[in-house]
Amino acid sequence: MYRSRLTTQRLAAVFLLGCLLFNYPLLALFNRAATLLGVPVLVAYIFVAWLGVIALAAVVIERPDD
Amino acid sequence: MLPGALVILVSFGYLALLFAVAWLADRRADQGRSLIASPTVYALSLAVYCTTWTFYGSVGRAAATGIGFLPIYLGPTLMMTLGWFLIHKIIRVAKANRITSIADFIASRYGKSQGLGGLVTVIAVVGVVPYIALQLKAVSHSFTILVGATPQTAPLAAGTVPLWQDNALYVAMIMAQFTILFGTRHLDATERHEGMVAAIAVESVVKLATFVAVGVFVTYGLFDGLGDLFARARAEPSLAALLTTADSAAGYGSWAALTFLSLLSVLLLPRQFQIAVVENVDAAHLRRAIWLFPLYLFVINLFVLPIALGGLLHFGSGQVDADTFVLTLPLANQREDLALLAYLGGLSAATGMIIVETIALSTMVCNDLVMPLLLRRDWFGLAARTDLSGLLLGIRRWAIIVILMLGYAYFRLAGEAYALVSIGLISFAAVAQFAPALIGGLYWKGATRAGALAGLAAGFAVWLYTLLLPSFAKSGWLPADAMTAGLFGIELLRPQQLFGLTGLDEISHCLLWSLLANLGAYIGFSLIRPPDAGEARQAGLFVDALRVEDTERWRGGLAGGGSQNLVADLLALAGRFLGPERARTAFSRYARARNATLETIQPDANLVYFAEAQLAGAIGSSSARVMVASVAQEEPLGLDEVMNILDEASQVRAYSRELEQKSQELTRATAELRAANARLRELDRMKDDFISTVSHELRTPLTSIRAFSEMLLDDPRLALAERKRFLGIVVGETERLSRLINQILDLAKLESGRADWARVPVDLAAVIHAAAASLGQLYREKEVALEIAIAEPLPPVLADHDRLVQVMINLLSNAVKFVPAGTGRVKVGAGGTAQGVRVEVADNGPGIQPEDREVIFEKFRQGGQDVLTDKPQGTGLGLPISRQIIEYFGGRLWLESPAAGGATFVFTLPLPPRDNAGKIYSGGSPDGQEDSDRR
Repeated sequence: MYRSRLTTQRLAAVFLLGCLLFNYPLLALFNRAATLLGVPVLVAYIFVAWLGVIALAAVVIERPDD
Repeated sequence: MLPGALVILVSFGYLALLFAVAWLADRRADQGRSLIASPTVYALSLAVYCTTWTFYGSVGRAAATGIGFLPIYLGPTLMMTLGWFLIHKIIRVAKANRITSIADFIASRYGKSQGLGGLVTVIAVVGVVPYIALQLKAVSHSFTILVGATPQTAPLAAGTVPLWQDNALYVAMIMAQFTILFGTRHLDATERHEGMVAAIAVESVVKLATFVAVGVFVTYGLFDGLGDLFARARAEPSLAALLTTADSAAGYGSWAALTFLSLLSVLLLPRQFQIAVVENVDAAHLRRAIWLFPLYLFVINLFVLPIALGGLLHFGSGQVDADTFVLTLPLANQREDLALLAYLGGLSAATGMIIVETIALSTMVCNDLVMPLLLRRDWFGLAARTDLSGLLLGIRRWAIIVILMLGYAYFRLAGEAYALVSIGLISFAAVAQFAPALIGGLYWKGATRAGALAGLAAGFAVWLYTLLLPSFAKSGWLPADAMTAGLFGIELLRPQQLFGLTGLDEISHCLLWSLLANLGAYIGFSLIRPPDAGEARQAGLFVDALRVEDTERWRGGLAGGGSQNLVADLLALAGRFLGPERARTAFSRYARARNATLETIQPDANLVYFAEAQLAGAIGSSSARVMVASVAQEEPLGLDEVMNILDEASQVRAYSRELEQKSQELTRATAELRAANARLRELDRMKDDFISTVSHELRTPLTSIRAFSEMLLDDPRLALAERKRFLGIVVGETERLSRLINQILDLAKLESGRADWARVPVDLAAVIHAAAASLGQLYREKEVALEIAIAEPLPPVLADHDRLVQVMINLLSNAVKFVPAGTGRVKVGAGGTAQGVRVEVADNGPGIQPEDREVIFEKFRQGGQDVLTDKPQGTGLGLPISRQIIEYFGGRLWLESPAAGGATFVFTLPLPPRDNAGKIYSGGSPDGQEDSDRR
């Protein structure tokens, strides 16, 4: 564990970012009737943000220890 | 519509396949070649989180609330980002303490409390029963729909069919049998089930593939892609509302509550704990699961909304139960094959959940509820029996059957009043009650058994009252007025508006009150009194998971044989690394702080800690732990400890390697400096020699000039011929003097690097002829033959014409000096070679002694003579200067002594570099290039 203290902090940051992205008020910003490429913006936003959080976590955890 | 026999056949075929996978994995595990020791399998097995709730229920949820189904999957994503320290720590603790279930974990944390383990088991069983009911409901409905003549227009009203015709009962019985086969064929001390995990991983792949297949079929088969689907949904006012979410505080509040709830559930559900912690092969597998499991959730949710919207558009709102769209959409479009696939996916989701959940629960029921009771009462004289494995297996099998029957009972009683997701959420809220005791217990040492018991009991009671009870009432099994009027008719106690709190959905409402009661009781009761010894010990074990393991084991050893020996051993150990004096001082200070002396120190865990801390400063904490362990009669090292030591050791090694490199560099630098110093001393000595030699050389002609001049001055009667001879000598000596001075100046210039000579193309043939011409008189006088053989044309070299003439003259005059008069022969040869031009001057003189061959190139040294005694025939500077000149132009000058006798001086000069046009590149002075050849 002590070997990856930085990784732990980064993942905690990803967690906080996810909490922020997945909740009010950011969620409310996209809660409207508009569409993006035919997909409602709210749906598009959540899925993109979700994938972003997963990708970030993957990058953080899979990069070699520094 | 499909024939029932076919569906049953396919179902059993599929279950048999799963069983084959499990059997294979079990066999491989026995052979030591685990199939599931892979981070990918681990991540896939975590996807047991996706049950029929996900497979059928999400679509129903989406049809009712739009994106409201998503928090259940966003929460686990967030939890996995925390997994690296939270789940990781739980796994480490669980492995170190041989934890077999979440009840075991919590009980173990609070002093191995049997009461606590039992309570957790009861909560888990009661809490999860609705969840199992959900699976039974989903499987039996999907079967009914698949073999039914028309898509179900409304969910079957359970309770209306007789018990023996209810296929949910048969599903429950088959599932029980299947689970017993999977999980309780034999006993495993670690409670690990490799075969089950392998089957779960396979099932995860099946449900993902089938759900995506249906999603693609709906989106691109029934509709013209996502754009078309969403566009048509927007056109219908009732569906357009699903594309946004309720823009209200309550809406976002319940969104956040569901996210939080699922965040906890992905860890706290008995089956998730089983898979993530108990079945974990290697904690490092978490690394991939942290992103792969959320990615799985992401993919399986991509088509939920499209299927829901597609179903609503296709069937119209309220016509078909949205929970069944995954099946009814393919069926209604004559794609029975796809419907059968989807049914298999749903069956995968259900069997996976039921198998893992009931195995986990049966383990808990057996280990934490029934066995403690049996052993305590000892009704059957169990303590005396040696082999209990048959009894244990029996208890577990019955537990599985009972749990599934409870699930079926809940399905009969309350299942039909709720959609799939709502049933599942009831279970989520129940297991969320474990969070304070489990997570708090990992980070707060002050938590006590009383706190955990009170918290769990309070939270569970509130859950029962605000969520489970209303679910019965809603189904008509309790009088409905209990809900509206409240307990004892007190309005403040209305289960779903407790204390008058309104405006929350039932889940958020329950979560708020139950966690409030839970946390409040947990903290409050924990603070009433400090943890007792047992609790404190376990708290240390869990909170300082890795550090304390060892100390704990020593404490056991110390309690038994706690002797003064240990103090002496630890002191000696510390002394070895810190120095005896320092160690003694430190231990004395430790003893004084405890009002003891070095001789009367208590050999307790504190002392071990202290010694370890002292050592850690010197040799690193891991190594210190191991060293201290070796003294305190430790068990063999664990792999982790060895890895940590290796880690530290390799750091130390890298460090020492650096030091070594540095010291080598220093040694090298020192050697260079020493060499430079020696060279400087040598140069200094040479300079002194040079000055004394030069003075001597200058004095010799000066002496003779002075002597002859004095004679001329003192004796006016000298004959004219005599005067002339004397003056001749004076003139000769003066010439010698000035030649000597010129050469010394040349040498000084050369050696200081200030010689500033031209570098132009020079024809060596011309140089040789010029030198021969200027010495022609000398050769003729001594009757020495001079032969010149030049292999024309010689390539030009880059040099200074005059300096090369000087070198040639020096070599030729040296040669003529040493050959005998009359018979002497000097041969000059020149020719081009690949590297440059080679010039030889060979004579037939006496030759040069081997020991003198390099000496002659030193200043003021001449072959076969000692400069100090014999009168020299030259200045002794000619050859050193010649060599310097040749080397200045990049060539070499050396002496060859042919076997035939005589001496041969050879020099070579390199060819100039040529540019692309073949013209000679003449260094820094291109001017004069044209005419230099003719010089």
